Amino acid sequence: MKWWKYIAVLVMAVTVWTHVRAEEAVADSVATEQAADGVVTEDVVADTDTTEQGLDVQEVIFGHMSDAYEWHITNIGDKSISIPLPVIVRSKTSGWHVFSSAKVEHGEQYEGFYVSQDSGKIVERNAAGEEIRPLDLSITKNVLAMMISSALLIFLILWTARWYRRHDAVNEAPKGLAAFMEPIIMMIDTGVAKDSIGEDYQKFSPYLCTVFLWILLNNLLGIVPFFPGGANVTGNIAVTCVLGFFTFFMINLFGTKHYFKDIFWPDVPLMLKFPFPLLPIIEVFSTLMKPLTLMIRLFANMLAGHIIAISLVCIIFVFAKYNAVLFGSMTVVSVLFGVFMDLLEVLVAFLQAYVFTILSAVFIGMARQKEA
Amino acid sequence: MLLTILLQAVASEALGKVGIALGAAIAAIAAGYGIGKIGSTATESIARQPEASGNIRSSMIIVAAMIEGAALFAIIVCLLALFVYFTVIM
Repeated sequence: MKWWKYIAVLVMAVTVWTHVRAEEAVADSVATEQAADGVVTEDVVADTDTTEQGLDVQEVIFGHMSDAYEWHITNIGDKSISIPLPVIVRSKTSGWHVFSSAKVEHGEQYEGFYVSQDSGKIVERNAAGEEIRPLDLSITKNVLAMMISSALLIFLILWTARWYRRHDAVNEAPKGLAAFMEPIIMMIDTGVAKDSIGEDYQKFSPYLCTVFLWILLNNLLGIVPFFPGGANVTGNIAVTCVLGFFTFFMINLFGTKHYFKDIFWPDVPLMLKFPFPLLPIIEVFSTLMKPLTLMIRLFANMLAGHIIAISLVCIIFVFAKYNAVLFGSMTVVSVLFGVFMDLLEVLVAFLQAYVFTILSAVFIGMARQKEA
Repeated sequence: MLLTILLQAVASEALGKVGIALGAAIAAIAAGYGIGKIGSTATESIARQPEASGNIRSSMIIVAAMIEGAALFAIIVCLLALFVYFTVIM
């Protein structure tokens, strides 16, 4: 079990290295600014600078949190390095268009499409002159990140299954990747699913294991600061909304008759259900609320974690225009706190995936109860 | 005198910003209080009956996640208010 310790140390070292490189880059730019001014003082007071030295923190945070039509990797000097992704749109008037997002990168127009100023999405002008959105099926940053993480997950699972095809699982202990994945899958399969659902847990165990591993992998990839990680997949409410829908379908498509009877004609005094179905309405509302809370919990936890991580790095840049002592101490504080917050985020990533899975299992178990 | 100060504060939207930050702070206090209460009763129960510690630990995690969900509802509302009413986003 020792090889993963090297990976953990490597990940921490790379995180610290990127933090330190960030402060080095800012220190260089501050130094050249001071040298260009010809003033050799420690204090760079804000109102003697004519150019805006500070960083637009809000733009940086939003840039990392939102989806985009290209995958921005880094800025080298003034040039921004990004991977342009395909834009696939279908307009009502002109049909399908597929082109690279580099064509509409800096506000240019291509085949009638351009990036809207207020929403950041690709729009076109219709006959009346208003901006309308076409049917947008582009491969955006989140879509590409989901493709990468799903491909990685499929590879991990199939490689694990390969061991079980070639060996006798009852008499031998697994080795390699199967040894790493087995306790995780057993935790969900027997620990979560069996305890919550009961005897027919094996029907739902594939869904629960998949949802746990997918959420965990995407949460962990969101913490990695470089490509192919670093895309805010689970912190996107559309993604968690779809996960909530899946759980909603799993609960309600496989509910027993007793479950639906308890919702629409519960065992309570007639006044609460007949002329005005008060209790059935409350029960239906609670059926909708359960996946909704799952969705919001995962979304808010992941988004808050990512915002904290980025803000801690931005603090270095915000303090760059003040004097060197403040700048130096803030950098030390930011690096230490940043490493701590990254480790906490790893814990939160696992915990949120686990809580989503165990609550889905509990709700499915409640829906599978037979007549008592 | 006080009235002019109050009028100026309301007119300059500063009160709204204070409201947002205060909302987030109250959500954090409430979440901390709730999870602290769960933690204390859970550890007391484990001390009373150590063999039930597995069950207690999983219940504790589930309930803590639900409390955190409620606190994060409040945080999301505060973030929405901040970015919709007070800043121009792309």
